Amino acid sequence: MDLLYADTTGGKFLLMFIAIAIFVLVMGAILVIVERIPRAPRWVVVAAFTGPALLGISFGLIYPAIITTRSSFYDARGQNFIGIDNYVTAFTRPEFQQVLLNTVAWTVIVPLASTAIGLIYAVLVDRARFEKLAKTLLFMPMAISLVGASIIWKFVYEYRPVLEGVAPDRQPAQIGLLNQILVWMGLEPVQFLLNGPWNNIFLMVVMIWIQAGFAMTILSAAIKAISTETIEAARLDGVNGIQQFWYVTVPSVRPALVVVLTTIAMGTLKVFDIVRTMTGGNYGTQVVANEFYTQSFRQQNQGMGAALAVLLFAFVVPLIIYNVRQMKKSEEVR
Amino acid sequence: MSTSTPQAPIPATPGKLVDRLDARAGRTRSTLSTKLASGFALLIAVVWTIPTFGLLITSFRPDGEIKTSGWWTWFTSPSITLENYAEVLTGSRFQLSTFFVNSFVITIPSVVIPITLALLAAYAFAWIDFKGRNILFVAVFALQVVPIQVTLIPLLTQYVKWGLNQTFWTVWLSHSIFALPLAIFLLHNFMKDIPRELVEAARVDGAGHVKIFFRVLLPLLVPAIASFAIFQFLWVWNDLLVALTFAGGQQNVAPLTVRLADLAGTRGQDWYLLAAGAFVSMVVPVIVFLALQRYFVRGLLAGSVKG
Amino acid sequence: MTSIRRRSVATLATGMAVALTLAACGGGDSDNNNAEEPGGGDADCTAYEKYGDLSGTTVSVYTSIIAPEDQPHIDSYKPFEDCTGATINYEGSKEFEAQLLVKLQAGSAPDIAYIPQPGLLKTIVESYPDQIVEASAGTMANVEQYYAASWKEYGTVEDTFYAAPLGANVKSFVWYSPQMFNDAGYEIPQTWDELLALSDQIVADHGAEGVKPWCAGIGSGDATGWPATDWLEDVMLRTAGFESYDAWSKGELKFSDPEVQAALTEVGKILKNPDYVNGGLGDVSSIATTEFQDAGLPILETGLCYMHRQASFYAANWPEGTDVSPEGDVFAFYFPGVSEDARPILGGGEFVAAFSDRPEVAAFQEFLASPEWANAKAIATPNGGWVTANSGLDPNNLVSEIDKLSFQLLSDTSQEFGFDASDLMPAAVGQGAFWTEMTAWIAEDKADDAVLTAIDAAWPN
Repeated sequence: MDLLYADTTGGKFLLMFIAIAIFVLVMGAILVIVERIPRAPRWVVVAAFTGPALLGISFGLIYPAIITTRSSFYDARGQNFIGIDNYVTAFTRPEFQQVLLNTVAWTVIVPLASTAIGLIYAVLVDRARFEKLAKTLLFMPMAISLVGASIIWKFVYEYRPVLEGVAPDRQPAQIGLLNQILVWMGLEPVQFLLNGPWNNIFLMVVMIWIQAGFAMTILSAAIKAISTETIEAARLDGVNGIQQFWYVTVPSVRPALVVVLTTIAMGTLKVFDIVRTMTGGNYGTQVVANEFYTQSFRQQNQGMGAALAVLLFAFVVPLIIYNVRQMKKSEEVR
Repeated sequence: MSTSTPQAPIPATPGKLVDRLDARAGRTRSTLSTKLASGFALLIAVVWTIPTFGLLITSFRPDGEIKTSGWWTWFTSPSITLENYAEVLTGSRFQLSTFFVNSFVITIPSVVIPITLALLAAYAFAWIDFKGRNILFVAVFALQVVPIQVTLIPLLTQYVKWGLNQTFWTVWLSHSIFALPLAIFLLHNFMKDIPRELVEAARVDGAGHVKIFFRVLLPLLVPAIASFAIFQFLWVWNDLLVALTFAGGQQNVAPLTVRLADLAGTRGQDWYLLAAGAFVSMVVPVIVFLALQRYFVRGLLAGSVKG
Repeated sequence: MTSIRRRSVATLATGMAVALTLAACGGGDSDNNNAEEPGGGDADCTAYEKYGDLSGTTVSVYTSIIAPEDQPHIDSYKPFEDCTGATINYEGSKEFEAQLLVKLQAGSAPDIAYIPQPGLLKTIVESYPDQIVEASAGTMANVEQYYAASWKEYGTVEDTFYAAPLGANVKSFVWYSPQMFNDAGYEIPQTWDELLALSDQIVADHGAEGVKPWCAGIGSGDATGWPATDWLEDVMLRTAGFESYDAWSKGELKFSDPEVQAALTEVGKILKNPDYVNGGLGDVSSIATTEFQDAGLPILETGLCYMHRQASFYAANWPEGTDVSPEGDVFAFYFPGVSEDARPILGGGEFVAAFSDRPEVAAFQEFLASPEWANAKAIATPNGGWVTANSGLDPNNLVSEIDKLSFQLLSDTSQEFGFDASDLMPAAVGQGAFWTEMTAWIAEDKADDAVLTAIDAAWPN
């Protein structure tokens, strides 16, 4: 049996089970050994629990990150050292301020909006009659690939003009839902993706639409973990729904809220597909991640692409500080 | 147990049970705010679903109509074609089932492996005191920001050296690694919320870390694991980049997304097929979501505290 | 309707031809049934003898051509596979450009890649000189015999010939409805001035009904803007002449030089003239947001637009069942030059580069530059939509009218052929600033000077 390749359906699944079996055996062996060692030193236990994950992360993320940082100081082909030229070029381009501003707007607006909607929705449908169905509806956008999402939103934002002098039966029909609604209301159709700065908001809506399902799912799991006693106690105190939301639910899921906000912010920083497929970064909608992708893969400028990837990391620093603070706070509580 | 959970509904009257729960919850709220709340939830649900619903209708409309009239006109002049689906299902030189098989084979280990590794690591970060724990944890969590694109060349270079490229192994390994920072971050959050008394009690009973992890924590983390599993599943299921780079677009390894990416044709002339394609690929993640929802249960923690 | 039937008959006929060819190739002794076959396809394996016996070898091909256009390519390798015994492993990907560079850098190059831009070829040669191999002697011989000298030059970097031309497309086309032209009594314009005069005529005749002479769209996801660069290139080739065009594509002539400025002004006379555009699609700015695939459709659907300048491959964008022929629903005329005699052509194409010097790879590269392949490919493309500049192609093997017209233009060596300049320029310009600045020129009405200076600034030193 060839452990590298499989051509038949059965062979592929067999290969899959072998892989999982190998993994389970190796991990099981590590844990059994640790458990068997009497009075195992703490570092051995820590190594057994974190070692495999840290090894993977070092190889798959840290090592490439180091290489990337290094190439950000090299030229387009990675052959000559050019110091901080890439960073200087990035920062001195006339449209770069706009790119930075857009990226900040994305990382602030998208996490806040998706988390707010996800939380409210999770609370509202919790214990509702159609909870399962209701959750599936909000989750669905997450399940759609980004290719699908870009088509979906094409049919929301697409613009067809009302043409002067053209007979009504020859007028192009709206195929974008939003513009059709505007026309029904007797208004002029709008080029949603063309006119700044609002076009940025319309692009963010797509990401919010996708990420709200993520927020909802994680927060819903957190809401369900709120102990029944806490809720009963609040009820006995006679709090109403809104009070319960602010004084019981939100504080109880606070750690989960931090996690969700952070995760969505990180995901938003990296997302470029939406901008790439819907505007290509034109009309003042460029963000750092898409610029990174364009430089790395379209324009074959490795150095500049690497510099922009490193720049993404700078955006994470505030998130790290925020999280460290939250961690300290919760540790004090504990 | 003080709470009834949807985990064990009475088969004959599940509706009544939920009704009762709902009524009890409703009594404490004012009727007005309940109605407002339901209305608001309904509004979000509708707004969130309409775009997808439009795509669903679009996927059944003929090419020419998709481009010249809005999908809502379908209600006044309905015409259904299955041609888009036929094209998606049979239009490739490979069988679509091959891509489905590949997607499953890629996805399942890529969900199981990182969750296991992340659970163990998250346990250490949450419940084992060691020097540099917080710094290490912050470092791991910050690595979420590394764009996968920068890892492609360094990793592929190694895989080529090891003679592993174009196999499932590289895809499993890569997906597992890429998932770790977020998985550790999320699971750590749920893990550290577990009451200290539970862990302490087990320690007093003489349980080691491995035992505590499996006996005490794991059962309590089922909802958290289920929710992360859903996302990891659909991220891997919808991934094109990792599979394409490490496994390639050949029939024996390429997942469904490779086929979907090619649906629109070389110059994008067949973009209308993407609507049907999106639904074909969405079926599996939605089923997984529905299946795993079973594990989103209430009161696990309350029950075990009472023990 | 007749045309659809005609086309399906043609499909059947060519399908049979392929079957016969394959039978003849694979089988032991060939009977002479295929004598009636309309030219092209090689009846037996004699043309393949020079490649020798390649049984048991495999050649991997990596391209940007995906389904459904990939099948004709795979079919076209059949005679080679059957006669030499080699196996060709085809892989097409939409992410070709990014993936190829990743593969090269990681050391897992395919044997053969179809490179769509000479600019990319240059980058590969300069960045990965150890991986790309020179074209084989046989390939070079084929290219010298069957292609115009300029085509060989596009596959050459610093005097070394690497990549043989493969498919080609003609960009100097204006799509129109023969029916609408007939009804209005319009003649096909033969010069640039006549084209503008016709545009004015259409405005005068039909402007009141909201009809515009032109419709255009440059939207294309992350490649938005490329159709606008084609406009400028096509006009530049006409107004500045081939010498200047050539210098411009090499970076010797700057964008801010007067020749380019003049060409942009000329393009602006159409694309930025609110009386001329954007028929059935909106105002000038709607050109930026209209997907290029949809931009010509008003000609057919609403009749609110008369002309759409786009390459030969736009034929695939008309809805299924559209009759694309000189008397049909839509067809294309040559985008006229400044005078009737000056008929330069703008076009593009892909090039076959090899990353291995194994004999089967060299043989396959040679085969792809041969008339045998060109004809096999034409026969394997029963619905049309493919041409090449290979002069060994028998035009009778082409089925669609637009392909025949394209091939006729490509074979006319008396006229200058300008390769798509943005494909020749460095990626930072040709796949970057040129696109985005032309988009801003239309979407934000950015001034000519500002656009041209900004593109110049993006040119790497």
